[in-house]
Order: sequence, then structure tokens, then C-alpha cells
Amino acid sequence: MVTPQFVMYEEEYQRIAAVCERLCRDANANVVFLVDKNGQLLASAGQTDNLDTTSLASLTAGNIAATGGLAKLIGEKEFSILFHEGERDNLHISIVGGRVILVVIFDSRSSLGLVRLRVKRASGELEAILEALTQKIQDPAAGSPFAEITDEDIDNLFND
Amino acid sequence: MSFINYSSREINCKIVYYGPGLCGKTTNLQYIYAKTNPEAKGKMISLATETERTLFFDFLPLSLGEIRGFKTRFHLYTVPGQVFYDASRKLILKGVDGVVFVADSQIERMEANLESMENLRVNLAEQGYDLNKIPYVVQYNKRDLPNAASIEELHRLINPGNVPEFQSIASTGWGVFDTLKAIAKLVLQELKKGR
Repeated sequence: MVTPQFVMYEEEYQRIAAVCERLCRDANANVVFLVDKNGQLLASAGQTDNLDTTSLASLTAGNIAATGGLAKLIGEKEFSILFHEGERDNLHISIVGGRVILVVIFDSRSSLGLVRLRVKRASGELEAILEALTQKIQDPAAGSPFAEITDEDIDNLFND
Repeated sequence: MSFINYSSREINCKIVYYGPGLCGKTTNLQYIYAKTNPEAKGKMISLATETERTLFFDFLPLSLGEIRGFKTRFHLYTVPGQVFYDASRKLILKGVDGVVFVADSQIERMEANLESMENLRVNLAEQGYDLNKIPYVVQYNKRDLPNAASIEELHRLINPGNVPEFQSIASTGWGVFDTLKAIAKLVLQELKKGR
């Protein structure tokens, strides 16, 4: 495999979730979520109950991938911030540390300026956590929980 | 690139359905969506044109059950098959864990199959993947059509590497789940091998 597996541990997850919670509060946002560039949801905060976060994650990644492709066509490396304005809700999408995507959904109770400001601060914190996570994943002692699964385990999954 | 989440005890993998235009990639996903329990699936998303041709991708999240306390979740994607959407196809292959190549069995579509397969090989290589090394299965779709080529011929042309192959009629669902199970198994076996 070219890229190693992406692994999220409990400790880092809690730290990332805490940053997302605080960003959601500080920015007066409705929802904050963090997605990796392949469309996997890493963490979310705010009013996510009625939200299809899996679909949101996948479409966000597709969106970033498409605009990234556009950027390359005009000689840019990437567009690190995207903003979508709706009638009621708005989406602020930014790339953190070149590898994950931070999405903030907000309405008229907040403003683009406030969101941008708070996102900037949260991005720095998230970047540091992700860096620590990368170190941990690359540690050869980390091991995969799947090294010990058997063919039988896999077969059992399909016995229906 | 699979994603192991210790916090939610989930393992996420990405499977891409590839193949020439109108070969039945979206139909595969639609059948899987229609036949899966509501609790095991998320919403299916289709980014398609007004004439229902895939414009960017279809997406279907699927849960398959637990292995050693970890929920296994598969994200199924299709690519747009039409030749001129190549830039989009490249994007969708990012982070792929397994590929299903859906071939159109009709004799007239053989050239399109081969072109699409070569395109898959090139696009994977651009991302640093080798088609001969990643989990990969082939599906011969539209077996019910009168102008379908023989399995021997399809095998010779499309599957020289002798990877697992399946016959299907995606519109009725025949062969669809066999194909899915095979690729899911290969992906999990790859995971077992570790990094």
C-alpha cells in the first residue's frame, strides 16, 4: 500500500473532539465536523442528530478533491478555504495540515469573520494533534488489531 | 487506505466500482442499496446528470458486521464511466482499498472494456497503486443479453491476471452480492496482512 492505514486512537479522538466542541461554541456554529481527504468522518460536534454525517463527509471530500483538481489546472497547489453561502445555512470548509478537512456549518447567529477567526485557532491545535497521531501510527510497536484475525473470522462475516 | 478508529471501534474501507460507460456500475450499487437492511446502510448518493449518467460518483456506505469487536464499514463508490470524465475518475481512486471492474459483456463493448481497464491501470499507477497488487475482482455484467461474448473470451481479454471473476445481471441482482462479498473479503485479508 502506498499510504499507511489511517488510525484513530481514543486519546487523540478525545482531544480532537474537544477542539471541535469548543470551535462549535466559540464560533456560534451549528455543526463542526472533521473529515479525512478520503471521506471518512473523524469527529463531529454540535447539532448532528438530524444530519447524515456519513454523506456529508463523503461529499465534502469529493468537493475538496474536485476543487483541488481545479486548483492544479490553474497552477495552484490547492484552495485551502471554501465558503458556500446558502439562504439560511452556510458552509465553511478548510484544509488542516494538508490532510484533513474541517467543516463548519453556521447561520445568521454567527458571521463569516468570526468563523474564520475561530477556525484559524482551532486549525493550529488540530494540526498539532494530527502530527502526534502520525508519529504514533508510524511507531512500529503500534501493531494492527487485524494482524490476528483469521480467514474464519472473515468468512463468518458473510454467513447469512 | 483503510481507516481504523479505536475510539468508535470501527474499521472503514473504500471500494470503487470501475468500468466503461453504461456497463452497470451504478446499477450494482442500486441493487445493493435496495436489498440491504435499513440499519446496515446509509443513504445512497448519486451525483448524476439529468439523463441519469453518473457525473461525479455514486456513494453507498454499508455495514457488514463485526470482526473482533470492530464494526466493518465499507464505502462503495462508482466512477463516471464516460471517457471524458477522466479527471473525476482519478479523484475517486484516491485512498482506494479494493476495485471491482465491471465489464460489459456485449461484444460491441469489448474495446470500451479494454480501454477502461487500461485507464484504470494508468490512473491507479498515478496514485502509486499497482493493479496487480491491490484487492481486485472482475464482474462480467449483462450476461442475459443475446450479443454477450463467451466467458472464455471475456476471461482471455479482460482477466489475464486470473483474479476472482463473476458473471452478473446487475439489473436483476444476479451475481451482484457474490462480487461484493469477494472484494470485501480480499480487502479484509489485505488488512490482515497489515501495513
